[in-house]
Amino acid sequence: MALKLMKGCEAIAEAAIQAGCRYFFGYPITPQNDIPEYMSLRLPQVGGCFLQAESELAAINMVYGASGAGARVMTSSSSPGISLKQEGISTIAAAELPCVIVNMMRGGPGLGNIQASQGDYFQAVKGGGHGDYHPIVIAPSSIQETVNMMGKAFDLADDYRIPVIILADGLIGQMMEPVEMPNNPDPVKKDKPWAATGYVPGGKKQRAIINSLYIETEDLDVLHTRLSATYDRIQANEIMVETYNTEGAEFILCAYGTVARVCKAAVRICAEQGVKVGLVRPITLWPFPTEAVHNAVAQESVKGVLTVEVSDGQMYEDIRLAVNGCKPTEFMGKAGSAIPAAEDIAERIMNMRRA
Amino acid sequence: MATIFKRTSVLTNAPFHYCPGCGHGIVHRMVAEVIEELGIREKTAGVAPVGCAVFAYNYFDVDMYEAAHGRAPAVATGYKRVHPENVCFTYQGDGDLASIGTAEIVHAAHRGEKITTIFINNAIYGMTGGQMAPTTLVGQKTTTSPLGRDKDHCGEPIRMAEMLATINGSAFIARTALNNTANLVKTKAAIKKAFQAQLDGKGFSMVEILSPCPTNWGKSPAEAMDWLAENMIPYYPLGIMKEV
Repeated sequence: MALKLMKGCEAIAEAAIQAGCRYFFGYPITPQNDIPEYMSLRLPQVGGCFLQAESELAAINMVYGASGAGARVMTSSSSPGISLKQEGISTIAAAELPCVIVNMMRGGPGLGNIQASQGDYFQAVKGGGHGDYHPIVIAPSSIQETVNMMGKAFDLADDYRIPVIILADGLIGQMMEPVEMPNNPDPVKKDKPWAATGYVPGGKKQRAIINSLYIETEDLDVLHTRLSATYDRIQANEIMVETYNTEGAEFILCAYGTVARVCKAAVRICAEQGVKVGLVRPITLWPFPTEAVHNAVAQESVKGVLTVEVSDGQMYEDIRLAVNGCKPTEFMGKAGSAIPAAEDIAERIMNMRRA
Repeated sequence: MATIFKRTSVLTNAPFHYCPGCGHGIVHRMVAEVIEELGIREKTAGVAPVGCAVFAYNYFDVDMYEAAHGRAPAVATGYKRVHPENVCFTYQGDGDLASIGTAEIVHAAHRGEKITTIFINNAIYGMTGGQMAPTTLVGQKTTTSPLGRDKDHCGEPIRMAEMLATINGSAFIARTALNNTANLVKTKAAIKKAFQAQLDGKGFSMVEILSPCPTNWGKSPAEAMDWLAENMIPYYPLGIMKEV
């Protein structure tokens, strides 16, 4: 199949359509406007519906309505807009509805800026909205990987009846790369007997009640027991992680998304100086690849672990839990949008080596 | 023996949790009867609010959603865009529709969203225990306006039906009341017209219903009906504000 040069946002939108997404509800915010723009033209061509909502709040609640009606549906936004959507994401998680939410992270807090950032890790991975729940969080590091993950994201959402967040950043959204786009004119339609599609009393299908309210303690406990079992299955079966050059490495880098690509360049710089460095790149941030991280750093050859993020050290907490004190760990990164250079990461490794 | 009245089958057998003298039960029955009379129950979905009607999904025997506070029109939009051939109604109170959900209701009307909204205006927050609503009358005492609503402090009550009637996307907008038999008849007729406007694909439709809340007004059910007639109807005029 021919490669096509595509902007990240447009590639994500097209990949979603190829995955069978036919409904999109969103609100403009930089740096992800190319997704709704693309959807507004393309979805009507495939018999779908694009709607520009009056707010992110309305958009995520339209997603709730469409998902409850049985549709493959998505929304996208960027950090401040994702904050507004949290009420709906919590509701969708409680109502056990499938949907895909793309966050093209930008610098925060507040309005922050419009450059790439990784400051929303806690918000995405630890729940974001109120109450105990998890979305599945996927953090691709290239446009091709994002494209490949869109079909997977919709399938996971349907299979586990759970919101799936694609946690990318402004760079993934705004840069252009050659991609191979799947061509899937007839995507699989999942059976959704729980959806609100119409109710005939005495018929085979039960009356649909799409709901997040469980007023009795015992009833809410039933929900949480079921959610907990779902989360256990996801953690057992759906972890995705890339390990790069980790076998026998002296140092292990941990990074995700765009920053992981910079780390790969740092691995090569270190190799040129005769130091073997490996990289562990979580692709799913929840479920987190705790075991893969631990196995990589627990090797006898490993002298230290360096986590690199464009944040004040958010994934770093999960890395430290995974390392569990077996090796010295350090953090490199700053909140905002300053992406570290490969040379600086390599130099930091050399400093750790000298220490 | 001839049957001259029976319970509508569009309501489940669950007993209402509403207080004595509350208007919700009356309106639930009317909405359910209209759905039955129009023969649309098998393709109807309802969206319950946050407020006293939060458990409406237990009472209407059709597909139901429970929405976050104020978001029912957005949820109904999502449903209706997926199933445009079906019928969707939201059932909302004044805190839900006229306060936290004003953006959602205004823009559902603005898009001409083909949904029907049943709006219960009882001039107070019922479920949370009698706080001031945007619809609370000037001078009316509530738990958050203990000295009576002061218009210089928090404005005058909002008239949603008049506001939404100015929007091009609205096809049918009416205000009715539950205080006497004539008004009950008019209320049910308005609900039927609102659903018919949706079925005819004309646009957004809403019936605002002035409804008693004896518990939080601190009145007996009979006193509450009188208070509604004497205080609410003069400020909230009844009638059809828009019909296309």
